[in-house]
Amino acid sequence: MTTDNTKTKEYIRPMPSTWWLRRKSYFMFMIRELTCLFVGGYALFLLILVSRLDDADGFATLLKHPLVIVLQVIALPMVLYHTVTWLNLTPKVLVIWRGESRVSPVLIAAAHYLAWLVVSVIILWIVSMYR
Amino acid sequence: MAASEPTSSEKTVVLEVFRYRPEEEEEPTFQRYEVPYFEDWVVLDALNHIKNEIDGTLSFRWSCRMGVCGSCGMMVNGDPKLTCAAFLRDYHPATIRVEPLNYFPVVRDLVINMEDFLEKLTEVKAWLVPKEEKQVSEGEYRQTPAELAKYKQFSMCINCMLCYSACPVYGQNQSFLGPAAIALAQRYNLDSRDGATEERADVIFSHEGIWECTFVGDCTRVCPKNVDPAGAIQQAKVSATEDWYRSVLLPSGKRKLKST
Repeated sequence: MTTDNTKTKEYIRPMPSTWWLRRKSYFMFMIRELTCLFVGGYALFLLILVSRLDDADGFATLLKHPLVIVLQVIALPMVLYHTVTWLNLTPKVLVIWRGESRVSPVLIAAAHYLAWLVVSVIILWIVSMYR
Repeated sequence: MAASEPTSSEKTVVLEVFRYRPEEEEEPTFQRYEVPYFEDWVVLDALNHIKNEIDGTLSFRWSCRMGVCGSCGMMVNGDPKLTCAAFLRDYHPATIRVEPLNYFPVVRDLVINMEDFLEKLTEVKAWLVPKEEKQVSEGEYRQTPAELAKYKQFSMCINCMLCYSACPVYGQNQSFLGPAAIALAQRYNLDSRDGATEERADVIFSHEGIWECTFVGDCTRVCPKNVDPAGAIQQAKVSATEDWYRSVLLPSGKRKLKST
């Protein structure tokens, strides 16, 4: 800032560390950012699963451990919230023009939800085959 | 000119107004004013009533009172608003707290120092740099409606700075270029007549440009002109990413939008 603050004695308002509690949209943003820890954590968990493919029984025992179940129950809503907020933001990032008009944001979000559904069904189908 | 004042009103509304008079106080205070309440009054009408009838020492900026000039932005109950578009009826009978726009230094009462924002507008070259200079005799720089549509939304910005006051990233780090400056840079980058995208790259595609944004999205929520600065920033991130992939994957690839 080039303005001479000493001459005008401008007042700078401090930003409180609780700024994210002051508005609902800020709070929801912080929750969204927090859920990414669970997304990353679950990705790590899946990597461990892959590395233990040769010891399926041992991994099955680990999966049945109460602590692991509790963690999964917590992680599920977190990852779902992250996914939903992520998909809802896609129309802001992805802009497709058809001549002079923009493809409807609702359509872009809907296409992503549809893709999510299709991928989930495919995974469920694969899992059901090996049960 | 003051807004026309109806002659009588039984109801009143209390405004708690941020006061800061640098020549007489170190810390700001809040002053309560009771003003008449009318259905069709906005916060700016109430401030003008205070200035004209109750306390002439209150300072604030305003001009058009119709949502075009962008000078009357203030925090109303903690939310950045154009006070000419914030109706008393949406708050009445509760007390209305009026403060200067967040994160900017306060010069006096509700007046902020906007120097930082003006410098940022200059940094991003928020103006049209023609691809090729033409003589006046050669005629206009023409554009199709489809080319206009690509940037029109971002061109609606009135520089009211509400988006800066909604942005916690700017609140914590004033070197962040901020929503409106990036949206306006994007407005010119997307303009078919403009040729300065690479000149703007250093400033915009840098850490303190688009990459500082964490997509809180509140800038878009508070924008009175539906400019969607949050969208503009994310779309610029996509352009920069595409540019990077092109430079890595194509043999002749070179980064056009590289920042230093």
